[in-house]
Amino acid sequence: MIRFSKTVLILSGLALTAPASAQDAKKEIQRYRDMVAEGSPAELFEIEGEALWKKPQGPRSASFEKCDLGMGPGVVKGAYAHLPRYFADADRVMDLEARLMHCMMTLQGRTAKEATARVFGSADRPSEMESLSAYVASASRGLPMEPGMSHPKEQQAYELGRALYVHRAGPWDFACTSCHGEEGKRIRLQELPVLAKPEAARAVAASWPAYRVSTSQFITLQWRMNDCYRQMRMPEPGFASEATVALIHFITVNGRGVPYRGPGNKR
Amino acid sequence: MDRIRRALIGISAAAFLKPWEALAAWNKEAFGAKTAQDALRSIGVSGAAPTKEVLIEAPEIAENGAVVPIEITSNIPGTTSIAVIADKNPFPLVAQFRFHEGAVPFVKLNIKMGETSEVRAIAQAGGKSYVATKEIKVTIGGCGG
Amino acid sequence: MAGPMKMRATWANGFTDVRVLMTHPMETGQRKDPDGNLVPMHFIQTITVQLNGKTVVDCEVSQGVSRNPVFSFRIKGGARGDKITVAWQDNKGESNSIDSAVA
Repeated sequence: MIRFSKTVLILSGLALTAPASAQDAKKEIQRYRDMVAEGSPAELFEIEGEALWKKPQGPRSASFEKCDLGMGPGVVKGAYAHLPRYFADADRVMDLEARLMHCMMTLQGRTAKEATARVFGSADRPSEMESLSAYVASASRGLPMEPGMSHPKEQQAYELGRALYVHRAGPWDFACTSCHGEEGKRIRLQELPVLAKPEAARAVAASWPAYRVSTSQFITLQWRMNDCYRQMRMPEPGFASEATVALIHFITVNGRGVPYRGPGNKR
Repeated sequence: MDRIRRALIGISAAAFLKPWEALAAWNKEAFGAKTAQDALRSIGVSGAAPTKEVLIEAPEIAENGAVVPIEITSNIPGTTSIAVIADKNPFPLVAQFRFHEGAVPFVKLNIKMGETSEVRAIAQAGGKSYVATKEIKVTIGGCGG
Repeated sequence: MAGPMKMRATWANGFTDVRVLMTHPMETGQRKDPDGNLVPMHFIQTITVQLNGKTVVDCEVSQGVSRNPVFSFRIKGGARGDKITVAWQDNKGESNSIDSAVA
């Protein structure tokens, strides 16, 4: 990634050549996002993910082809659109990555430690989890997001997510709402979505996981939760833990109904 | 001249060689130029006339300089090449595309920009050059995560 | 071994649109790795686009093109079933190519 010799744009209070207003800036940024989305390297990670789905691994030398993501063993099409949801065989609500981890352990015989040895990748070196997420998510393109909402544990997960969203903790006394609590807040030039509201939650549910062009990394919602907690100076949440799944469920439920567009491209 | 000859040899050999052996010619001098003028000179362009017939479709603000999407169309009849220059990049010449029979003088690509800069698209047609310019502001968005 | 490429070539209204994704770090030589060492230049230099074996576009690109490049080209004519080949070569002499039938 190239170094920036200056960060340049100061929006308010200066007379600039077009765009001259915050509204124009917003429109141009949306145009940037639309054009970036058209040329999506994310598809390359989908290809890798498909290969990993079929590759026999672990002590049991098994692929993911019998993995039940909620729609039956091996059914990938549409599975992501119905996550997170309750799974009876694990007796808990699981998001995509929690379920992939479950299959790594139960089908392939890998230990929890092995399955989580490298869950977050680096530039151009996605983790297995990230590539698999790209592949599975791509198979739900165009389908409306309908996370599980009927089972009591699904409702509990939603409530837990909602509670965590506003819960202030850590050395800075931060909650998600510190950044994502009010309309009109911004970090540098990016507007912060209020994820408790359907409109903002829909945009998130429709476009994650995604390829982040600025870091050349394929990022997932588990990564996002982990990184937000890091930014808040909170203790690191466990991968696919009850807390992270609850937050992801909270956001996805708030954004339900939106047709899944991803895996997307982000700045 | 040498370069053109090599490029022609490359094109005619394409029929016999594997595709990736066909064109090894890469204009080191042009891509190593540190100013837009030097780069243009190295690709044989001098005095490009400003034109409205070359269209640059790009956002005015890029959320991140690592990927700036640019789409260029030349409506000038007989366009044989389009070069892309970002004035303030350490090496302003980003790419050059040559269009042979059958190709439309159109390209979309993602370029890197280090800072807000003019982006130029230079089209060559009938021995003349034409230039269109667009300023793209480069910003940073987000929490760095 | 070069990473995967993906291409989509579609015919509509007398034109063939080609969109190709390439896996490549496109290193500028200015980036530092976590240990503080400069990552050497490593980028695609030339790309060719062929229709049924005949070069229609040839490109010279540089490290100024984004990582994991995506390009779109347009060819006049072509027909469903025609073969499009896109090939690249980088500054280390590595290369890759992909064939696709126009859909």
